[in-house]
Amino acid sequence: MSSLRLTLRERTAQRVDLAPLTIDRLAGKSLAEVGAIELASGNRRLRVDSLFTLAGTPGDTLEIAGSSDQLDRIGAGMTRGQVVVQGEAGCQLGLGMTGGTIEVSGSVGAFAASSMRGGEIRIAGNAGDFLAAAIPGNHQGMQGGLVLVTGNAGDRAGDRMRRGTLLIGGDTGDYCASRMVAGTIGVWGRVGRYTGFAMRRGTVLLQQTPPALLPTFNDCGEFPFSFLTLLARAWKELPGTFSTLPDAGLRVRRIMGDLANDGRGEILIRA
Amino acid sequence: MQLNGVTIDDEFAEAFGMKATRVIITAQNLTWAYNAARAATGFATSVIGCGCEAGIERELSPADTPDGRPGLAILLFAMSGKELAKQIERRIGQCVLTSPTSAAFAGLTEGEPVALGKNLRFFGDGFQASKQISGRRYWRIPVMDGEFLVEETTAVMSAVGGGNFLVLAESQPQALTACEAAIAAMQKVPNVIMPFPGGVVRSGSKVGSKYKALIASTNDAFCPTIRGVTRSQLSPDIGSVMEIVIDGLTADDISKSMRAGIQAMVDLGAARGVRRISAGNYGGKLGKFHFRLHEIMAS
Repeated sequence: MSSLRLTLRERTAQRVDLAPLTIDRLAGKSLAEVGAIELASGNRRLRVDSLFTLAGTPGDTLEIAGSSDQLDRIGAGMTRGQVVVQGEAGCQLGLGMTGGTIEVSGSVGAFAASSMRGGEIRIAGNAGDFLAAAIPGNHQGMQGGLVLVTGNAGDRAGDRMRRGTLLIGGDTGDYCASRMVAGTIGVWGRVGRYTGFAMRRGTVLLQQTPPALLPTFNDCGEFPFSFLTLLARAWKELPGTFSTLPDAGLRVRRIMGDLANDGRGEILIRA
Repeated sequence: MQLNGVTIDDEFAEAFGMKATRVIITAQNLTWAYNAARAATGFATSVIGCGCEAGIERELSPADTPDGRPGLAILLFAMSGKELAKQIERRIGQCVLTSPTSAAFAGLTEGEPVALGKNLRFFGDGFQASKQISGRRYWRIPVMDGEFLVEETTAVMSAVGGGNFLVLAESQPQALTACEAAIAAMQKVPNVIMPFPGGVVRSGSKVGSKYKALIASTNDAFCPTIRGVTRSQLSPDIGSVMEIVIDGLTADDISKSMRAGIQAMVDLGAARGVRRISAGNYGGKLGKFHFRLHEIMAS
């Protein structure tokens, strides 16, 4: 299995769009051809080899070393393969990806996993606002796949999310799961205000009781739902806290809402 | 062929291609899993009058079920995928959905998907919720005891139905004892069911009847009480005949099951009244699967 390693020469002053550097688009190219690819940076076009030193051969793995928060849209639209980011990543990580995996050792900017349809993203650091949400102009956020954030997430995590699984090991900001259509969000830490604002369907699984919930959510009582066993078993192999979720005897308090918008969503709080 | 004093006829069982699926039924405990599974596989002895043939395949430990509760695997067989889909929906809807604490999951993943909970979800009257977990879709239907969890589809595969063998014994109790021993052995073989009551059928049939309305009638050649007035295949020492019918996911599964069952009868031997083992067929013209007793017992 061949891999291509791009090492950032120095942190760029301007943001750079790395969307052209996906496994699919690099397939069959030589190092020289990869180096000649032009990347958008503000109103300029920069050659890959002017920003990175290149090593290896384009194949199933793309490694970006010394990455910074100025590098946007890493793995955007990817359908297969593995992207390993050593360092931070900018905005729109994995935008619209349908397959493959992205691993980031640091933190990522806003709109990570936006419109994602499949595959897996693992972020060891924190994620910015609008994680797995819809970018402006889109009606739906994340629509499939799995996102695992070890650290915290900003505001609006899971906004307009339609399908898939979003797991946040740390805390989230305000409006988590706002306008959520469906899917599953798990938050191990604390959530901010207005969790589930205008959510229609979907599940938000919380380990901690939130400070306050919107008045348009109603308590339905405490139950041991069978499907939680299936979720816990599906997460057993994941790194981090969600793998410790017990696959038997798990009871949750079910709070349904947002009754201002269909009201079939649920916030499940571990009892 | 003689085994432990038992004559194994040079006959073959004739079986047919069928469509089959496996459904895993779980519940709070094994008692309630059995209640649901027995209801779902009830009145499913023969496709002739029941629409499908079904039975409990085996018990599953909590570690082997999707939701970590005790469960049972049931197998359902029908002559067409369309009929099987109808039977699955009807039986899971009426017998498993209704059974306290139950849940139902697909027991096969390879094959054409047919609805399991896909349409049953509408029982939720809008309060149902779907959940996709590891690429599989489940429905959570609110019911009075909590929530009925059911997988959206199960897979249907081509299978084999109608494997069989007959035990010819000196008396009715001895025939039944032999069948009980055989069923106990055959229940350890995976991928098969014996759909008749207790796994045993005493009313083996032949094709056709003197009555035009009937497509099948009693197998008079094996009925001991009329042996003097029909073309009987029973010698004077045979007082009772019983049959075991087997449906399996593959022909190999049926062969293994038949071997296990016949061996259990042979182990009882002539000393316990087991005189002959035979098999039912239609001259080999109707079913494409033939299970030769001598080949099975020689393997």
